[in-house]
Amino acid sequence: MQSTNTTAEARRLLEICNACRYCEGYCAVFPAMELRRAFSNEDLSYLANLCHNCRGCYYACQYAPPHEFAINLPKTLAELRGETYVEYAWPRPFAVLFQSNGTVISIATAVGIAVTLLLTAWLKSPQALIQPHTGPGSFYEIISEKAMIGVALATTGFSLLALAIGAVRFWRDTGGGSVMNLRALQTAIRDVLTLKNLGGAGEGCNNRDEKFSQVRRRYHHALFYGFTLCMASTTVAAIYDHILGWPAPYSFFSMPVLLGSTGGLGMMIGTAGLYWLKIVGDPEPSARKLLGADYALLMQMFLAAATGELLLAFRDTSAMGILLAVHLGIIFSFFAFMPYSKFVHGIYRSAALLRNAQERLTVKNLAGSLE
Amino acid sequence: MVESAQNCDVVVIGGGNAALCAAITAREAGASVLVVEHAPKAMRGGNSRHTRNLRLMHEAPTKVLSDAYTENDYWDDLLRVTKGETDEYLAKMTIRRSAELSAWMESHGVRFQPSLTGTLDLSRTNAFFLGGGKALLNSYYNTADKLGIKVHYEVEVLDVRREGNVIRDITIVQNGEKAIIVAKSVVVASGGFQANIEWLREIWGGAADNFIIRGTPYAQGKVLKALLNQGIAQVGDPSQFHAVAIDARAPKFDGGIVTRLDCVPFSIVVNRDGKRFYDEGQDMWPKRYAIWGRLVAQCPEQVAYCVFDRKCINLFMPSVFPVFKADSLGELAAQLTLDPGRLAATVAEYNRAVVPGEFNHRILDNCTTQGLNPPKSHWAQPIDSPPFYAYPLRPGITFTYLGIKVDEHARAMTTEGHTMANLFAAGEIMSGNVLGQGYLAGFGMTLGSVFGRIAGAGAAKYAIN
Ligand SMILES: Cc1cc2nc3c(=O)[nH]c(=O)nc-3n(C[C@H](O)[C@H](O)[C@H](O)COP(=O)(O)OP(=O)(O)OC[C@H]3O[C@@H](n4cnc5c(N)ncnc54)[C@H](O)[C@@H]3O)c2cc1C
Ligand code: SF4
Ligand code: SF4
Repeated sequence: MQSTNTTAEARRLLEICNACRYCEGYCAVFPAMELRRAFSNEDLSYLANLCHNCRGCYYACQYAPPHEFAINLPKTLAELRGETYVEYAWPRPFAVLFQSNGTVISIATAVGIAVTLLLTAWLKSPQALIQPHTGPGSFYEIISEKAMIGVALATTGFSLLALAIGAVRFWRDTGGGSVMNLRALQTAIRDVLTLKNLGGAGEGCNNRDEKFSQVRRRYHHALFYGFTLCMASTTVAAIYDHILGWPAPYSFFSMPVLLGSTGGLGMMIGTAGLYWLKIVGDPEPSARKLLGADYALLMQMFLAAATGELLLAFRDTSAMGILLAVHLGIIFSFFAFMPYSKFVHGIYRSAALLRNAQERLTVKNLAGSLE
Repeated sequence: MVESAQNCDVVVIGGGNAALCAAITAREAGASVLVVEHAPKAMRGGNSRHTRNLRLMHEAPTKVLSDAYTENDYWDDLLRVTKGETDEYLAKMTIRRSAELSAWMESHGVRFQPSLTGTLDLSRTNAFFLGGGKALLNSYYNTADKLGIKVHYEVEVLDVRREGNVIRDITIVQNGEKAIIVAKSVVVASGGFQANIEWLREIWGGAADNFIIRGTPYAQGKVLKALLNQGIAQVGDPSQFHAVAIDARAPKFDGGIVTRLDCVPFSIVVNRDGKRFYDEGQDMWPKRYAIWGRLVAQCPEQVAYCVFDRKCINLFMPSVFPVFKADSLGELAAQLTLDPGRLAATVAEYNRAVVPGEFNHRILDNCTTQGLNPPKSHWAQPIDSPPFYAYPLRPGITFTYLGIKVDEHARAMTTEGHTMANLFAAGEIMSGNVLGQGYLAGFGMTLGSVFGRIAGAGAAKYAIN
């Protein structure tokens, strides 16, 4: 991890926090910080990704601005997280995509839609897009099966590789070591699935002001599990199609449709909720320059889910062709840009939680005096 | 703001822990309540915003406290630190009523820090606020808001007007404009006077200019002075305060907890002239923490230096300011602008006096000195392994003990020995009633919470009747 103004600022803040420690009950960052007396850039990278941006420590801090120590941990750690995404991106030249990421992702989404529409019109015929198609295999009348699968596998494969390499880079940079500690893995997985750190010490996090709330965690859960259901739906559909030989579309009460429509609804609620929280939230503890990236990913995921639902609703009409192309265009851009969007936070956060779980198995503390 | 204040039942002066406990209690008893706080919203809450825990009596282990800490244990501790300079009746009442506090606090939004590593790290005596004192105050202010308590920031109370045994009105200033507030009863919870350097100078002379005030700059003691001037009875000695040795580079005000230094027992402490002046290893640090402020305050130019070597750098909590570090004592002395020859002589004399022992910083070990004056009774190890380290120390004043005398209903007393009908006090401004001298960790918040609740209840009762 290279030295920047942000690493310097994060170090300054954590040195003050480490002498204070009042926030140690809020999240995993503080106990992890307490295990260290000095903070290397790599420690900072780890701690930044361990932070879930709950903002509890901002409102609790007696040194928050206008105090001269001007402690704003959520903001600084968010900015630092942004820098770690650049640092570990693979292939390296693609890291530039994190600059003005909001614009990049928006353009990518638009281009994804346009290209799918154009290719469809060109490869098939413009009429194919606007004629109604029904019955088994009707989707493939819009976009050929080969194209759909080929593009899906290629982009997803590349993205997963890029994400994995990023994760390995992060892991090595922040200390390396084996990931195969079962107890730690269990803890980390539980932490990821429950978003324990967003829950603060049970009251949730802060959004608008000093008041705590669980809504952010709930929206995030809706998004996360919604996304998981959609992935499950795609997997089941793939099995139906390629193993059992039942091509889509499937009936309303089939597994893929039930999973996908519930998941899509979850994603829409989650993304809309998180979007709303960002709009009404207190701007002080947030990293303004990263908001673009946040909004873009939320928008992309919202559109992916919404067009999926629309496709389901209008699949028997002449709108189906265009909807399918638009839906697939968005999905394509989502997967293609997954390693270069805010999506990566999930990867690094999970890796940081694993490192934390490993670390917690060997804890030692220095005690101070009371007053 | 004056119109809204004209018909309020209770006015609470201050915006810290004692004030909020009083305001909430009074409001819940049915009174209309106005809180006037001198600080702006972002800096609200006085010294209370810097706190971290309070001391609670309990008969059995609780969610946030281990073992039991009985009335007798608590009383013994208080007696020991105050050397008997306390009011037994008020002290024991405070102790007993501290047992109800955690439930009351939780029901008003305060959260305590859960145990981090199983039950082992829970304290037996002190419960820790999740997020510290500012988070605690945020919870109280939220509760106050829900209850319909009016809070006015950036309003300073300049004067309180007494007539016989009642307070008639208070004079405030807001945005440079003076106004009068009339309320049926008044709770003063405006803290000590430690931020009033001029007042400190009257007692300490020029030395006061070198004091660092650890907490709020708003503790100017204006209300305290106004009351004492009008025949409200005084308790405590103006020269008594809680002070600790803190990093000399701390900000003048509001530096809070992070300026503390816990390295004294592992160091020798020398003054401006490079001489030692007190036994650094007298007792376990938590028991000696609070005497070093006064010790440094009595040093020439109110400054001292902790000097230690490589062996000890990892034995205490890191400080927020960088440690001075050098490969030789001479260089270290130069960095500190001390006379290198004198520092070297002091260290040499100390090193010669160190008796070999088994070093253990968790107990009163047998590493001591022989024939040294003053001695270092424990944790004495030769200072001989570079790099050498130092921290500069200054007295950090936590709060003053001079206050107004109260009865068990938190009612202020007059010099003639009468009780005031509608004037109640809580927190630092009456701490001298119980803390004649010395201090028990976590007692400031306990006192403020217990008396805040009593004051709030009494103020509401008087106002409503
Ligand atoms: C760094 C530090 C750490 C501490 N840690 C602990 C701890 O862990 N546990 C513990 O028990 N104690 C601790 N203490 C002591 C503790 O802070 C006090 O004993 C306690 O907070 C006193 O509460 P209070 O409400 O009486 O006063 P304060 O919290 O100081 O409140 C006084 C209020 O009055 C207001 N005010 C003053 N003058 C006026 C005026 N003229 N007009 C209007 N408003 C006015 C101030 O702005 C302030 O809001 C600590 C103190 C410091 C400095
Ligand atoms: S955020 Fe503020 S209150 Fe919390 S640990 Fe850091 S310095 Fe202390
Ligand atoms: S914002 Fe929340 S998760 Fe991040 S460091 Fe602060 S308390 Fe921890």
